Amino acid sequence: MQQTEIYEKLTEVMRDVFDDEALVATPGMTANDVKEWDSVNHVSFIIAIEEEFGIKFKTSEVEKMKNVGQMVEQIEAKTAAK
Amino acid sequence: MHLNWLPVREDWNALLALAKSLPPAEAAQAMRQLATSRMDFTSVGKLDRALRKALAANGGSLPGLEPVKLAILASATTSHLPAGIRVAGLRRGLAIEVYEADYGMYRQELMDHSSALYAFKPDVVLLAFDARHLAASEGATPESALELMSWCWRQVREAFSAQVLQQTVLPVFPWLMGNNEPRMTHSPASVVARINELLRPASEEQGVDLLALDQFAAVDGIAAWHDASLWHRSKHEVHPQAASAYGDQVARLIAAGRGRSAKCLVLDLDNTLWGGVIGDDGLEGIVLGQGTGLGEAFAAFQRYAKGLAERGIILAVCSKNDEKNALEPFEKHPEMLLKRSDIACFVANWSDKASNLRHIARTLNIGLDALVFADDNPAERAIIRQELPMVAVPEMPEDPAAYVDTIAAAGYFEGLRLTDEDRVRSQLYQANAERERLKDSVTDIDGYLESLRMTMVAQPFDSVGLARVTQLINKTNQFNLTTQRLSEAEVSERMNDPEVVTLQVRLTDRFGDNGIIAILIARVQGGEAEIETWLMSCRVLGRKVEQACLNVLAQFCTELGATRLAGTYRPTEKNGMVRELYPSLSFKALGEEDSNGARRWRLDLADFQPQPVPMRIELPSEVLA
Repeated sequence: MQQTEIYEKLTEVMRDVFDDEALVATPGMTANDVKEWDSVNHVSFIIAIEEEFGIKFKTSEVEKMKNVGQMVEQIEAKTAAK
Repeated sequence: MHLNWLPVREDWNALLALAKSLPPAEAAQAMRQLATSRMDFTSVGKLDRALRKALAANGGSLPGLEPVKLAILASATTSHLPAGIRVAGLRRGLAIEVYEADYGMYRQELMDHSSALYAFKPDVVLLAFDARHLAASEGATPESALELMSWCWRQVREAFSAQVLQQTVLPVFPWLMGNNEPRMTHSPASVVARINELLRPASEEQGVDLLALDQFAAVDGIAAWHDASLWHRSKHEVHPQAASAYGDQVARLIAAGRGRSAKCLVLDLDNTLWGGVIGDDGLEGIVLGQGTGLGEAFAAFQRYAKGLAERGIILAVCSKNDEKNALEPFEKHPEMLLKRSDIACFVANWSDKASNLRHIARTLNIGLDALVFADDNPAERAIIRQELPMVAVPEMPEDPAAYVDTIAAAGYFEGLRLTDEDRVRSQLYQANAERERLKDSVTDIDGYLESLRMTMVAQPFDSVGLARVTQLINKTNQFNLTTQRLSEAEVSERMNDPEVVTLQVRLTDRFGDNGIIAILIARVQGGEAEIETWLMSCRVLGRKVEQACLNVLAQFCTELGATRLAGTYRPTEKNGMVRELYPSLSFKALGEEDSNGARRWRLDLADFQPQPVPMRIELPSEVLA
């Protein structure tokens, strides 16, 4: 899957999970930039991504993802490996 | 893990958007329909958010949704669970407000009477302890875990009149020995298994209802319920993907405690109870029973339905057929497990099924929301969902071999305790259908009532009947003046209070025993008896039983020194039928209706003359004397 397509889908997921229709996923975005992105919603976000893209993250991968750009890279690698 | 019995709704997102713009009553209805459709993880979150916003905008309640306060006391992360619980509550007409005690703080919250938990005043308390908390700490034994849980139950009991739900322990630990793990009694896996074993009798003894996670993990696999990675990262014991299933289980227990479980399974015939079409294929042509896998699958479904009937679920038939053809297998097919006598209401004709379902609910005197309609035909299911959204219509799988699992998994008939009457429920309703037929043939109502040869037996509550009395108090919706729900402990308190008149009333007639058909509780204070609870089974309506009950109640209250009888009618969505009960029994209004539509009524016992009733009344001997 191309990065642009992943960003588009991720934007949809973020809007649903964080309840903000104005959100647009960008590479540098972190939890600090999104009002509803707290530790509770973080777990929901990860689950929603796994469901949307049909992938499963490892413990180490979840811990490595510090911003949206790193998430997209993980998603790209995982969907390519499918 | 999805709730597979819920239908997929193509316009789900559009309907959610619409629901957000509707006025409260319509919004609640639309959201309830959304909750009754299949959802993924994200959709549950979206619907939950819309529900909470609508509730907040409408002062914390929504028309048509019964408010319930649920407190979760847990040892690990539960913040991902309330959304699924609230959405599942919505599915059952409940607006569940959730309070979560701080992670791991349940002991302090229970001990501190000034805690937020006490301020919240829960109607239901859910105790959710993770496996590591109970079984993997130093010196943990099954007995010490049970002791901890019993302590919690006692604390809750003493503080609140709440339904107590205890989650069983998820079997998250891998085995150390293997197939013969229990031989190592102190292995974590063995301890968990033993705790779950001990919980069964202990919970029943103490009136606690189990949330049997271990049972579901055995069906779905532990991996569906628990993910070690999530535990290590964030102490989620229940997998967020299982949160919908978890929420549905919690909501069905709460609904069952409030009399909201379904009461009747309505069955289609062709390709639901047997393979093929009886009208075309004939008795020899339909597929049922030994010989083919498909035939055995239909037989297994019949066996399951029969099992439900044996625990008190009413069975009905709703089929598009000539009645003669529809009845033929019941009368003549050797492999039919269901007999005509198992079916309390049998409707086979060519009218539309929505009208027939209405007729079935009316005949059985139950609400449409007490019906579950099982039909293999997607078109019929779609019409019923459209016409009668309150009827539960499971998505039946294409393979009849999966019918049983679908109905079982959907949990429409969640039950909390089994009484003797549950076991003969089907006969009760069958006899009632015969009474209705007799009524049709007798035009003079007094003559009809005399011909029933009724005997009413009224007596104070006793410990033997306590479970049944509590069950009726918590599930009777229609003929119920105050709809006051009580825990078994509270019923028992009233039973033992010398100032309180309690009556359980049975009715027999020429068709059989109707069981306990009325419950009355009146508190006598300063010469006035206040009727706290008056409820009756709708099975016996129109038989002057309410007048007979009043005669008996007046007698008991007079014995305790009351000179006046007072009662309140408190309206709910379902009890409109008793709005005029008190005036019809010559009570005088005390003031106007209050803002909730409630109104108080009073009857002067000094002038009261027992009215003649068409039945014999038996009372305990000391009252007669």
